[in-house]
Amino acid sequence: MTPAEIREAVLNILEDITPDEDLTQLKDDVPFREQLELDSMDFLDIVMELRKRYRIQIPEDEYKNLVTMDSTVKYLTPKMENL
Amino acid sequence: MYDTIIIGAGMSGLAAGVRLAHYDQKVCILERHSVVGGLNSYYRQRGRNHDVGLHAVTNFQPKGVRKGPLARLLKQLRLAWDELGLVPQSGSSIRFPDLTLRFNNDFALLESEIRKRFPKETDGVQKLIGALVDYDDLGKTVNVSARSVVKEYIKSPLLTDMLFCPLMYYGSAIEDDMDFNQFSIMFRSIFLEGFARPMGGVRDLLRKLVNRFKEDGGELRTKAGVKRLLQRDNQVYGVELDNGEIIESRRVLSSAGWRETLGLCNPDASKQDKPGQLAFVETISVLDKQPKQFGHNDTIVFFNDSPKFAYHKPDDLVDLRSGVICSPNNFSYSQPLQDNVIRITALANFEKWHGLPQKEYALEKLRWYDRIAQSAARFVPDFRGSVIDTDMFTPTTITRFTGHENGAIYGAPVKQYSGQTPIKNLYVCGTDQGMVGIIGSLVSGITIANQYCLQN
Repeated sequence: MTPAEIREAVLNILEDITPDEDLTQLKDDVPFREQLELDSMDFLDIVMELRKRYRIQIPEDEYKNLVTMDSTVKYLTPKMENL
Repeated sequence: MYDTIIIGAGMSGLAAGVRLAHYDQKVCILERHSVVGGLNSYYRQRGRNHDVGLHAVTNFQPKGVRKGPLARLLKQLRLAWDELGLVPQSGSSIRFPDLTLRFNNDFALLESEIRKRFPKETDGVQKLIGALVDYDDLGKTVNVSARSVVKEYIKSPLLTDMLFCPLMYYGSAIEDDMDFNQFSIMFRSIFLEGFARPMGGVRDLLRKLVNRFKEDGGELRTKAGVKRLLQRDNQVYGVELDNGEIIESRRVLSSAGWRETLGLCNPDASKQDKPGQLAFVETISVLDKQPKQFGHNDTIVFFNDSPKFAYHKPDDLVDLRSGVICSPNNFSYSQPLQDNVIRITALANFEKWHGLPQKEYALEKLRWYDRIAQSAARFVPDFRGSVIDTDMFTPTTITRFTGHENGAIYGAPVKQYSGQTPIKNLYVCGTDQGMVGIIGSLVSGITIANQYCLQN
C-alpha cells in the first residue's frame, strides 16, 4: 500500500468509529484527540480495526505513534507497504 | 467451543455481544426468556405495544456532543446519533409539599429554580457539581455515603431530599442513601445531561442491537436459561443449561447480577453479599386522549407528600407517599404517539407481593392500581376518567422475567466496578457492575467486553 492508500484506510476506520463526524475537513497535522476528541477507547478501536482488517499487530507501547494522521501514516507505512 | 458466552440478552449483554462479534469472536448470548431486553424488554397486550419499564433514556446529549456516555457508546457500537431516534423531554418536575422544582435538559432551568427557592444554596450546588466523580473515575473510592458528601455543600434538608428523589428513584440500590459514585452518575445523567425517548420505545434499539450482533456472526439463543457454570481449577469452561445441555467456552460474561452469578457457580458462594431490597410496582394507564389535552404537560413528575422523603422497603405492599409519574407522550415528537399513556412507579415490598396466593395477588394488583392512581392524582391533573386500559407490574413480575433477586431492579447495594469475580475468566456486566439505565447498561457491557474479552 502507498502512503496515500494507508491514509485512506485509516480514514475509513475513523469514518466507521465516528459516523457523525465530517472528516473531509480533517487536518493531517493536528492530533485526532484534539480534532475529534477521541479517547483511549477510540484509539484502542483504531488498533483493533487495523488488526481485524490488515492483520497488523501494534504493541501497546507504540500506540503513541497514532497521534495525527501524518504520524499514523508514517508509522504504518513500513508495516503496510507490502500489503 | 466459544470464545465468550454471555449470560442474558439485556442491554449490557447485547452491547458486549456486538463488540465481541464485531471483532470476530465466536460468541453466544444465552437468554432464559423468550424475548430479549431483560429489564428493558417489551410486550404486547390487547393490541397495544408496551415497554416493560422504560420511562426515559437518561444521558441525553444533542447531536455533535463528543463527550459523555452517549457519545462513547455511539462510537463503540458504530451507531450514528440519528439511528437511536432520541427525542428530548418536554420538561419535568420534582413536587414536594408546597414546593415544585422544574428541570429539563438545560441545567440552567434547575439552577434558576434553585436560585429562586433556595437562594443561599446556589453556590453550594455549583461546588457540589465540581465535586462529582467523573465517569472515568468510577469505583476508585467506594462506600462513600452520598448524603454525607452532599451535606458539605447543601444545608437545606428539603433541597437535599428534592435532589435525591429523582436520582434515587432512577438508580439507587441503597435504602435512603446512595453510594457517591452512583449519585455522581445519576446527577450527571439526569440533571446535567437529560431525558429523551426513542419514539418507538425500546423495541427499535433492541432490534438494532440484535441485528448488528447477528450480522457479525453472533449467536443468540432465547429460552436458554443457564442452570450452572461449569468450572475446574478456579476457571469456568462452560455452562449447563436448564435442559441439561452443556456449552463450552473460554470465558463467561454474565449480566445475571452479582449474587445471581456467584450462585450459578456455587449455591453457597453468594451468601456473604447482601441482596438488593428496593423493589417497585408500576401501573400503566392507557388513556383516550393525550395527557396534554387535560392539562398534563410534564414528561416526568417525581412526587413526595411527606416532610421527609423515604426511600426504603415499605412495610405495606406499596408506599403511596412518593412516586414517579411518566408520560411517554410528553416528549418533543414531530407527531403524536399512537397510544396515550401514564406510567406510575412506587416503592414496593417484594416479600409481601411474593407471599400472596394467586387469587389474592390479582386482587391486590387491582386494589393498589386504584390507590396509586389516586395518590398520583394529587400531583398531576386527574386522568382517571380517561382510562381505557390498564396493566401493572410488581416485584414478582420482575423476578419472574429477569431472574433478579427480590425484584430489585437496581440490583445489589454494593457494586462491582471492576467487573471481575473470584473466578479468573468469569466477569460481570450490567446493573451490578455499577451503571444503570439503558445508556449505563450499554456502556457497562461495552467496557467490560473491551477490558477482559477483547484484549487477548
